[in-house]
Amino acid sequence: MRLRFIFGEVFNGLRRNTTMALSVVLVTFVSLMFVGAAALTQMQIDQLKDDWYGKVEIAIFLCPESSRNERCAEGAVTAAQEEDIRAVLEDGALSDLVQKVYYESREEAYGKFVANDDEGIWSYLTPEQMQPSFRVKLSDPEQYQVVADATEGLPGVDVVRDQREIFSELFRFLNAATVIAAALAAVMLIAAMLLITTTIRLSALSRRRETQIMRMVGSSRSLIQMPFMLEGAVAATAGAVLAIGGLFFGVRYLIEDWLKSSVTWVQYIGTSDVLNVAPWLLVIAVGLAAVASIVTLGRYTRA
Amino acid sequence: MIRLDNATKVYKRGARPALDSVSVEIERGDFVFLVGSSGSGKSTFLKLILREERPTGGDVYVAGRHLNKLSAWRVPHLRREIGAVFQDFRLLPNKTVYQNVAFALQVIGKSRHHIQSTVPEMLDLVGLSGKEKRFPHELSGGEQQRVAIARAFVNHPPILLCDEPTGNLDPGTSVGIMRLLDRINRTGTTVLMATHDDEIVDQMRKRVIELRGGELVRDQDRGVYGLERV
Repeated sequence: MRLRFIFGEVFNGLRRNTTMALSVVLVTFVSLMFVGAAALTQMQIDQLKDDWYGKVEIAIFLCPESSRNERCAEGAVTAAQEEDIRAVLEDGALSDLVQKVYYESREEAYGKFVANDDEGIWSYLTPEQMQPSFRVKLSDPEQYQVVADATEGLPGVDVVRDQREIFSELFRFLNAATVIAAALAAVMLIAAMLLITTTIRLSALSRRRETQIMRMVGSSRSLIQMPFMLEGAVAATAGAVLAIGGLFFGVRYLIEDWLKSSVTWVQYIGTSDVLNVAPWLLVIAVGLAAVASIVTLGRYTRA
Repeated sequence: MIRLDNATKVYKRGARPALDSVSVEIERGDFVFLVGSSGSGKSTFLKLILREERPTGGDVYVAGRHLNKLSAWRVPHLRREIGAVFQDFRLLPNKTVYQNVAFALQVIGKSRHHIQSTVPEMLDLVGLSGKEKRFPHELSGGEQQRVAIARAFVNHPPILLCDEPTGNLDPGTSVGIMRLLDRINRTGTTVLMATHDDEIVDQMRKRVIELRGGELVRDQDRGVYGLERV
């Protein structure tokens, strides 16, 4: 009986206040879309980091025959120097940080160079002009600086490069995008909350006669307030569902169907990630409605 | 059934009390008129009993409950023991006579079966059988007040509070309403009626409690409206 009553009231309230309810749905839809987009961007960044940082290495370039670098004034790196550098990486204090050391000889460097040079522009180069290098894979890529500091001054070392630098600009861009999406989401969430508050207040005012009578005949406060709370919650949840749908199809068509087939060397997030975000969006929607209800209802339907 | 011990209500600090140290006891089954001019404290008296307001001094007991100590979530249970009727009827315009009465039972969680058997009984008691499907605007003032009484009494509360129930009605119709209230009183229900209607008070010859400026100035069995008529 009570459930029937509550749902009847919720339905009536939504029907009587269709425009307000719709605006709540749309505003929550847009705001949660931003929240979801921010979350997904972060997930994409994490995914890229995992994927790329696992592949990238520190490259310790060794002195070539003739270099303008002061450190290489003594000429090309000697075999003894190479052994010393390897010893520092593999046996010294750094050995905990280093996962694997791989030596790329001049010939190998040349081979790679030629393989990438389809048009033969660099064909005048000889293996002797290439730089040998140590490629170091770290157990924790974040510890780059420690390894760089320890190896940079060693005799025979030309320059130390962290390949992650290539990506840092991209990650900075993606992080900025997340911040913007999150900021927009925050503004929209405030708008959504204010709208829900107004909707509940209007609804409560338009049904003051009913609530007055309910109070008078002794119905519990929860029964009086429940329909209004549910009204807000239903509208907000509808918005969340729309947002989830939007994100799902967005990821599906833009990323899975389009980007994945055209830009293939990147690991992308997928619809399963949207489904991971979905429960949180629902929680936010319901939480939003709950906060708005608590703020409003205390004043308009006191016992 | 209802007892006020030195009940005092001051709305604003420093202002004159709306109710000043009033002590009254109303027994089960009593029919009591509460009279006094506007601003005499009648409304405050009723609000204290309904626990819409708390006393600022003294104690209020209703239906075995000490209202000073009653927590907010117990208030609905108190209100189920008190039926309330108002001058302006307070019916829901978009519900029929039947739905208006049934509403009072629905919102306290009664079963549909219970509602279907109780509501027609109650409409019969107040003399509205056959008008179940009418809307309030299709009824006369007296009939609307009967619907309101049916709604207040449908849960058979031991106390019925009436705030000027005949205030909007002509004398002939008022008599009918008073007969109905008298009938309800005879079932053992305590009826407390605030009124300005001197003719009715004089005719009924029931207990009269008079307030003036928040003070109890008269509590008389089988009384009349004004002291000067004694």
